[in-house]
Amino acid sequence: MQIENKKPLIVAFCCNWCSYAGADLAGNNRLNYPAEVKIIRVPCSCRVNPMFILRAFQRGADGVILCGCHPGDCHYTSGNYYTRRRMALLFSMLDYLGIERDRTRVEWVSAAEGAKFAATMNDFVEKVTALGENKRLEDLRCKK
Amino acid sequence: MQKISRETLIEKAKELLQNGTVSSVLGWKAGEFSYDVTPATFNSVEELEKDFVYNDFCGANFSKYLVKATIKAEGKILVFLKPCDTYSFNQLLTEHRFNREKVYVVGIPCEGMVDVEAIRKAAGEGIVSVECTNDGLVVDTLYNGKVKLAEQDVLLERCKVCKSKKHVAYDELLGDEGEVIESKRFDEVERLEKMTPDERFAFWQRELSRCIRCNACRDICPACTCEQCVFNNPKSGVENKAAANSFEEKMFHIIRAFHVVGRCTDCGECSRVCPQNIPLHLLNRKFIKDIDNFYGEYQAGAEVGSRAPLVNYTTDDIEASDAVRKGDGENA
Ligand code: SF4
Ligand code: SF4
Ligand code: FES
Repeated sequence: MQIENKKPLIVAFCCNWCSYAGADLAGNNRLNYPAEVKIIRVPCSCRVNPMFILRAFQRGADGVILCGCHPGDCHYTSGNYYTRRRMALLFSMLDYLGIERDRTRVEWVSAAEGAKFAATMNDFVEKVTALGENKRLEDLRCKK
Repeated sequence: MQKISRETLIEKAKELLQNGTVSSVLGWKAGEFSYDVTPATFNSVEELEKDFVYNDFCGANFSKYLVKATIKAEGKILVFLKPCDTYSFNQLLTEHRFNREKVYVVGIPCEGMVDVEAIRKAAGEGIVSVECTNDGLVVDTLYNGKVKLAEQDVLLERCKVCKSKKHVAYDELLGDEGEVIESKRFDEVERLEKMTPDERFAFWQRELSRCIRCNACRDICPACTCEQCVFNNPKSGVENKAAANSFEEKMFHIIRAFHVVGRCTDCGECSRVCPQNIPLHLLNRKFIKDIDNFYGEYQAGAEVGSRAPLVNYTTDDIEASDAVRKGDGENA
């Protein structure tokens, strides 16, 4: 029997004003990016609480990426600057606990960067696929 | 052994009670054993003389007690603070957690407090009594008789690597103001950073899997004064111990440590109270080290009103992906 390679599940938090529109543009332009990427729209990248990221892993994500407006372009002026500090510290902590660093990423994608959105997702999915299933931050109670 | 005696503290407290400066005293009283000294409130000179104790087991940081005590108390509260406690005191003031007017702080010098777990390890189980003398501790045990220990060997972890003997908040001092001192407190964090991810994962798995989710670390933490804690939410899925796997522990510990980022003064209370001896300070210190490394040195509580790193930013902060690399010294 052939066991199909399990496809990774990727959660992408995208801010409403830039990255979500960027994803939309990627779609409008018929650019390909893997269907494993599940987008969650947030009002601003700084809406993402560290708990959201851990929850995503708990509920079966293999990789979590957070996209927001470029620094300086946040719709709320400074939200993404806070995001940047929080995520720098959180990701460094995950790494310190021995969790693979390629499973998390922050990327700035503007509404005009459909191509960057697609390229980022392709690259991220490839990295996470190479790592395989998320074992270190999994919750067996949530496994189907 | 502490330079300052129980009598000196009682004298001071008496004076302040009698001249009406304060109406109650936050201090220590003996527990069941000589080593489980407990925080207590004293309302009169008689109570002080009867129960007040001060010895090498008075590690408890009183700052957090002030949050509730100042609400209840009618008049001013006298509190004795060691240098490290004063940082937490300032941090709580920065966060407007209590009314400064209701507190009278007497700064006391500290020679380092001892850790009963370390004594137990060195002298064996069955401690009957511990006597602190000028040349070390004399521990009377059930099975090994009298054991002599050097104080240096059984200090609390946080005292071994004490970062500051400076009182950053006080109304009055018994002794010097003190100085910030050289400390090796990040050595252990560095050792972990140098390990491979697999080794680190195994290390934390070993440590965190012992957690019984008693929440003592959160309850004692002077930075954790939220009235509604995320971990009290029965729907959070982290409100009790998961037998199934280790996710819950990691979630709890990452989030707990994250919530105190930039506000943790490294007072070391979490590790002191953990019944499972989990080195929680290594999580908090990693964040402190990263903050120093990424955003410039910052000591929470060094001054009242300073802006914590997570509610601050500069336009050219390090990107998250670079931070992870810098964090383990790769291109630091
Ligand atoms: S763990 Fe978080 S929510 Fe709970 S008391 Fe501490 S800071 Fe508040
Ligand atoms: S004090 Fe120790 S055992 Fe209790 S919840 Fe904290 S880490 Fe777990
Ligand atoms: S609105 Fe896009 S990051 Fe704030």
